[in-house]
Amino acid sequence: MGLKALAGPDVANKIEKRFPGAIVEIQPAGIVVKSQSAADVMRFLKESPDLDFNYLNSVTAADYFDYFEVVYHLTSMSRKHTFCVKTRAFGRENPTVPSVTHLWQGADLQEREVYDLMGIRFSGHPNLKRIALWEGFKGHPLRRDYL
Amino acid sequence: MPSYDQLILPYSSSDADREEGRMIEELIARSQKPIPDPDQWLAGVDHGNIVLTTVDQVLGWARSKSLWPMLFGLACCAFEMMAAAGNRWDISRFGMEIFRPSPRQADMMIVAGTLTWKMAPAVRRLYDQMAEPKWVLAMGACAISGGTFSESYSVVPGVNRIIPVDVYVPGCPPRPEGLYHGLMELHKKIQRGDSLKGKLHLPRLD
Repeated sequence: MGLKALAGPDVANKIEKRFPGAIVEIQPAGIVVKSQSAADVMRFLKESPDLDFNYLNSVTAADYFDYFEVVYHLTSMSRKHTFCVKTRAFGRENPTVPSVTHLWQGADLQEREVYDLMGIRFSGHPNLKRIALWEGFKGHPLRRDYL
Repeated sequence: MPSYDQLILPYSSSDADREEGRMIEELIARSQKPIPDPDQWLAGVDHGNIVLTTVDQVLGWARSKSLWPMLFGLACCAFEMMAAAGNRWDISRFGMEIFRPSPRQADMMIVAGTLTWKMAPAVRRLYDQMAEPKWVLAMGACAISGGTFSESYSVVPGVNRIIPVDVYVPGCPPRPEGLYHGLMELHKKIQRGDSLKGKLHLPRLD
């Protein structure tokens, strides 16, 4: 038992071979990928047999003023390892990253929550609307410039 | 296994969402001030008519001995409410063990926990659906005033913005003993027999 957290550089090597230039930054326990190639990288992480990330733990986001960072925590039930993928969305008006609901259905509600509270759009999401707050609520309250 | 596109997902319709949003906005606009507490009983009401008073007292005694609470918990205070209903504190000593899952059969509402604006129309609707006479007990700091979250964008700053409250039980959360004290006070209030007097008529929530 016990899950092994994969090192960022190891996974980055595999991704770099398949998608050159997709990685923005390599961190000790994760990678930051370009939002344009995020959908392809996530599909690769899910479908390549030696990584086999068949479970999405969480989708969440952070606001760094200059950009939003969407964070995905992945786990492989078969390989017993975990990994963290991040992608950045720029702009305060209409930051967009691709949805991963077609890969992991569990992302559906969490992406809606991120959209609701952070205002990040997930292109390709089948039902992107507010979930915790109500229709007509002004603003996105977890943004750092909300108040 | 069907693909994601083939699944029929339980999405609410956009019309329903807009309707809900409109209802919440309307409720917020109406709830800028708290509803005054129905606390005329504190003054020690004298009913004048001796016969009616006696009947009222008998009715009040009967009502107070078998209050049926409405079964719902909004947040962590609900666990103290469950503990109060469990065998250690044993709410059935007071004829109250029947937590009703239907507002039609309940006499009192224990608002146990943080009330969010998203939940507010549902709580208001449940209150409206309860049959008279009915009482409300606000349990815990969040139900009294919003507590820690009183300045939050999403939390109702006290359930007395939405429905009139008879008894407030402070605590975060209050222990079952605290809840019992509030219930005893409510029993006293009911035994005064003036439950039907001075009832507020809340505006309809369409």
